[in-house]
Amino acid sequence: MSQLSALSDAELVQRCRAGSTDAWNELVERFSRYVYAVCTRGFRLSEDDAEDVFQEVFTRVFTHLDTLRNDAALRPWIAQLTRRLCLDSIQKGGREQASAEPLAEDLAADLEEIDEAFTVREAMTSLSDACKEILDRFFARDQSYRTISEELDIPSGTIASRIARCLSKLRIELEGRSEPPDVSRK
Amino acid sequence: MATYDDERIGELLRALPPAPTGWVEAAQELPLVRGSLDAIVARAEADVAFRQALVADLDSALALEGYEPDRRVLDELKRRFSAS
Repeated sequence: MSQLSALSDAELVQRCRAGSTDAWNELVERFSRYVYAVCTRGFRLSEDDAEDVFQEVFTRVFTHLDTLRNDAALRPWIAQLTRRLCLDSIQKGGREQASAEPLAEDLAADLEEIDEAFTVREAMTSLSDACKEILDRFFARDQSYRTISEELDIPSGTIASRIARCLSKLRIELEGRSEPPDVSRK
Repeated sequence: MATYDDERIGELLRALPPAPTGWVEAAQELPLVRGSLDAIVARAEADVAFRQALVADLDSALALEGYEPDRRVLDELKRRFSAS
């Protein structure tokens, strides 16, 4: 986990504008899961279409970063851009929708959950690297206790309790936030 | 204030699996890609013969000059020089 991961979105944008490739790498790392989830889970694009949209989102962010008026608004900007490009991809592909309304409802619910999940990941930045690692491996990467034990060289018998402790810390961090950070990280 | 239990937090963590490594790496290479594109475009703007060669046969002109741009640069060059 790099020190750049502790930067706010606005600070990250400023460093990217200054030409820092490390900052750009962090920006991609920070939003890659979100963009990926919106494409595949939200809009249910095929892998090929999702990859095209994914690359186009980051190409446009890179190209148009100078036009962002409020540096702290990176997240809603990327969210809007991703959704628009997903819709363009669907329209271009002429995907058939037998019943648009239920799909729109599902879509709204999925996108809301993805946004909430992103907020939880943001809260994870306050945890120790060890907690971030074990929670990410167990939940997001779906690794077994055995794999985690082998790869992190920790006794498998302690993994459940470590996960429980880290979840508890994350819950406290989340509940300590007065409202979801919809626009900025700080 | 939002309230969470451990089960819900777990669900939300599962909702954001990592994007494929290759996709992330390709996006992280964008500054390099952009630099490569800018270098070729700058040369085309300064060198009429090179520009004409690009318009006539982009792939051959690039190969002849030793450029090995990736697909994204090629696509952008085709867009720019096929329109000129």
